[in-house]
Amino acid sequence: MDLALYLAQQLVNAVTLGSVYALSAIGLSLVYGVLRLINFAHGDLLALGAYAALALLAAPRLPLGAALLLPVALVGAVGLAVERVAYRPIRRAPEVNALIVSLALSVIVQNLLVMTLTAQPRPFHLPPQLAGLLLLGGVVVSRMALFTTALAVGLMTALHLMIRRTRVGTAIRATAEDRDAAELMGIPTDRVIGFTFALGAALGGFAGVMLGGQYGRIDPFMGFLPGLKAFVAAVLGGLGSVPGAILGGYLLGFGEILFVGLLPPALSGYRDAFVFTLLILILLLRPQGVLAGR
Amino acid sequence: MRAAALLRAGGVAAAAALLLLLAERTLNEYHLRLLNVVGINVILATSLNLTNGFTGIFSLGHAGFMAVGAYAGTLLTFPVARKAMLQPDLPRWLAQVEWPFLPALLAGGALAALAAVAVGWPVLRLRGHYLAVATLGFMVIVQVLATNLDRYTRGALGINGIPPYTTLWWVAACMAATLVVLRHLLGSGVGRALRAVRDDDLVAQALGIPVARYRLGALTLGAFFAGVAGVLWAHLITVISPGAFSFLLTFQIVVMVVVGGMGSLSGSVVAAVLLTLVPEGLRRLEQGAVVAGLTIPPLFGLSQIVLACALVLVMIYRPEGLLGQAEVGWRPLRHLRDLRQRRLPAREAEERG
Repeated sequence: MDLALYLAQQLVNAVTLGSVYALSAIGLSLVYGVLRLINFAHGDLLALGAYAALALLAAPRLPLGAALLLPVALVGAVGLAVERVAYRPIRRAPEVNALIVSLALSVIVQNLLVMTLTAQPRPFHLPPQLAGLLLLGGVVVSRMALFTTALAVGLMTALHLMIRRTRVGTAIRATAEDRDAAELMGIPTDRVIGFTFALGAALGGFAGVMLGGQYGRIDPFMGFLPGLKAFVAAVLGGLGSVPGAILGGYLLGFGEILFVGLLPPALSGYRDAFVFTLLILILLLRPQGVLAGR
Repeated sequence: MRAAALLRAGGVAAAAALLLLLAERTLNEYHLRLLNVVGINVILATSLNLTNGFTGIFSLGHAGFMAVGAYAGTLLTFPVARKAMLQPDLPRWLAQVEWPFLPALLAGGALAALAAVAVGWPVLRLRGHYLAVATLGFMVIVQVLATNLDRYTRGALGINGIPPYTTLWWVAACMAATLVVLRHLLGSGVGRALRAVRDDDLVAQALGIPVARYRLGALTLGAFFAGVAGVLWAHLITVISPGAFSFLLTFQIVVMVVVGGMGSLSGSVVAAVLLTLVPEGLRRLEQGAVVAGLTIPPLFGLSQIVLACALVLVMIYRPEGLLGQAEVGWRPLRHLRDLRQRRLPAREAEERG
């Protein structure tokens, strides 16, 4: 394989990986924006989405669109419920309390999955429409990756427009800016926070479906590391900013693929160490992210 | 006074020794192991409370420090003959050492402390949940290193057949040492300074407390005990692998600290005992059982779920934990409690404001 082709292939891989990170980072970043909460359970919402998709894709006579979208809606609903039951009662407590609750939620989701579905990894079979590989000018792209990346980019654009242009978006931004002031201006902040949580979770659910499709196998703990990496991506772009999360996601995707693709193979096992060293460096050198402010 | 204190310490030690002897004679192997695990968890929970509760460094890296200690201790005590067989690629100097337990314990703790200095020096500039994520990142890095440095660690395979040096006596001695050191430290001026750093680091700085040095010191000492606990654990279970030192382990220790009360040593002790024994009981249910004619299917993960739900409930209904910052016990502890009361007006003002 010549160099140009090799680089093109790595580029495709980076974009695919970056889309997953970007999608999951948005959810984290949105929630952080309105609640100042780092949701450690975000990654487990990814796993939940992947399992729901696995179940629905196997359902006979369910249209493909429904099988891919229902899991997303389902994870969104879970996000809404979790906010109501676990986070709302402690909203005025110190930030560390919410952090501890999110750790607990992560453990609960993981173990519920283990309890009901066992810890055994399962193959994630794609429906025939999405299975298979395409050869685009010598570069191998899986149909699933192409489809989900396109959808992810579309979703992210729509979300960005929603936050910037619509009334709901304005309410979200106002709540993030100053919750008490927003409340005084007649914004139902409780509902806005619930909605944001559901939205973030739903995006995480979609990222989970993508992740399952890309790796071809899923297990109850699959979301933990991607969840942490989503945080790295969100910090990279500037925590609390949607465009930042998207940019951070792609930057991290590129960084990881560069690390694996350009360095000797003996080092590729260290890619996660690389990601978290990167995190610590960003936190120290530029904690406000690449895109400072929003 | 001094003689009386010595006499009492001697009395306590003698009583403890008698109890240990009794335990060793009467308990079966399973219960003995459980008791050892309880002791190790007490070390882990109290030492994590030093950072998370008393100093306000919310660290999620305790399992990482424990892993450093466990691997270091194992490599030092592992029999030379077995090393030659199982780890042929070890550097010569390491392949030929076979230390007794005590120096290995101390070395494991020291190495974990060294890791804490290396990580803490950059990371401790961060606050709140940034610090939490950064320390969790450190834990993942340790796991990645343990998986990939297979020359030393045998990678994901892990090391088995570690000499079973850990006895109830070692655990009890280490636990007692941890408690005595922490209690004296926290009851002294250093303890007051640490709490000042936690409550308001700007004020602490203004009072002339070298905040950065105290924070690093607390993290390092906490890591030392975590390392010691890691060595004890490795030589109790006799198997270690990177997967064992996971987020879940960190989570379990954090639960103990939070449920017991951040800022209460006795709270950590109580919670460590409770939260080791209760899940162990639940673990029987996980295998499935027949209770009163009802067949319960295996419920893997149940104990974890119960633990996590308990944590959420504590956070909602009693966010300060079982004991808050109170201590139970005799005179030296009353000193701690007085300190807390002297601090109360300030806290109330903070809550109002």
